[in-house]
Amino acid sequence: MSCHCGQEKNQGKEPDPARRSFLRSAGAFAATLLAPGVTLYAFGGGEAQARAPGEPVSANVRWGLMIDLNKCPPGCNACVTACNEENGLKTSGRPEIDAQWIRKVTLKDPRTDIVRSAPVMCQHCEKPPCVDVCPTGASFKRADGIVLVDKHICIGCRYCMMACPYKARSFVHETHDDQKTGAPRGKGTVEGCNLCVDRIDAGRQPACVDACAKEGGAMIFGDLNDPASEISKALRKQPTARLRADLALNPAVQYANLK
Amino acid sequence: MQRAWKNFLGEALILVALTAPCLAEDGAGRVPVPHPPKGQGDHCVADTAFMRRYHMMMLVDHRKDAVHQGVRTPQYSLAGCVSCHAVKGEDGQPVSFASEKHFCRSCHSYAAVKIDCFECHASRPETPAKAADSSAPPGDADAERLAAFLRETNLRESKP
Repeated sequence: MSCHCGQEKNQGKEPDPARRSFLRSAGAFAATLLAPGVTLYAFGGGEAQARAPGEPVSANVRWGLMIDLNKCPPGCNACVTACNEENGLKTSGRPEIDAQWIRKVTLKDPRTDIVRSAPVMCQHCEKPPCVDVCPTGASFKRADGIVLVDKHICIGCRYCMMACPYKARSFVHETHDDQKTGAPRGKGTVEGCNLCVDRIDAGRQPACVDACAKEGGAMIFGDLNDPASEISKALRKQPTARLRADLALNPAVQYANLK
Repeated sequence: MQRAWKNFLGEALILVALTAPCLAEDGAGRVPVPHPPKGQGDHCVADTAFMRRYHMMMLVDHRKDAVHQGVRTPQYSLAGCVSCHAVKGEDGQPVSFASEKHFCRSCHSYAAVKIDCFECHASRPETPAKAADSSAPPGDADAERLAAFLRETNLRESKP
């Protein structure tokens, strides 16, 4: 059980650097007396810290993406290409059954003719509908906010594909024997963007973000819970929108200049 | 005298019947015992007898940690097994599970145990030179994990 009292208290105001550094050095230990004999202990101040190789993921971190559509030209497909390359997604010759972990969606306002092109992938919702409907628990949200499929227990029922409002999940229709080591995938299971979870566990960025940095630099990846991270700073600078915000799923992917 | 001779003959027959399988296994080649190729490095992550009996449980244990907890220590990962135990084919490249030479297949075909790991996982290392660091002795954390695993499996086995 964990307590986020300290984290909530800091929200909405700029943290004092001196106090923050003291907390960091002191191990940010907090104890709350709930009732006689019941005490909640919380360690850590909710900041992103490099994880040791044997350390499990922590809810102190929430990985997210910010995509600035002003820097995302309609013709560029670098993120999609990089994703396919990284995860070994190849065309089967039948585009209608090919897996898409990320796709470019072109939006046009009919009144103004303004065209926007947005990369859309799994939005890594805080309250993911795909997890709600999964009958086996294969679709799950990791402690650090990444929504992914445990293909060992996925039975391929595709309820998650129906539930996802972003059409982010794909079904693997055919057998494969040339998978990438970091991206196991096989027939009869559902898959989707996992934010390149193996790269994140190795302390690296997702492949799409790396590819985008060489092109327009529209994507920023980082820890949404860390006020000092690059993504949090960028999110404070300009307004962003979430896709289908009316569903209140609180996605971790946020778009700037969508309108 | 005749009775003693018969007894001797009977004992001799029993002796031959008991020793025949051992002899055949040793050199006659009648029993096709698998001879999986040796992996890279000096030793595996645990001794051979332990690995033979428990490798599947170690993989399941590691898979839970890796997928759900993000703990991807290379020591007990399937990618580590595949990398260290890669067998090169005639073209000098590591063979896939489709080949009878594949390390896992050499035993699993013999034992008639079907595995579905490689329906999803890569059965060949991506970069053959980049093998998992299994030649290094396990660190303290790994030794502790292995000890915990052993305790757990012993408990599980002792339960009726």
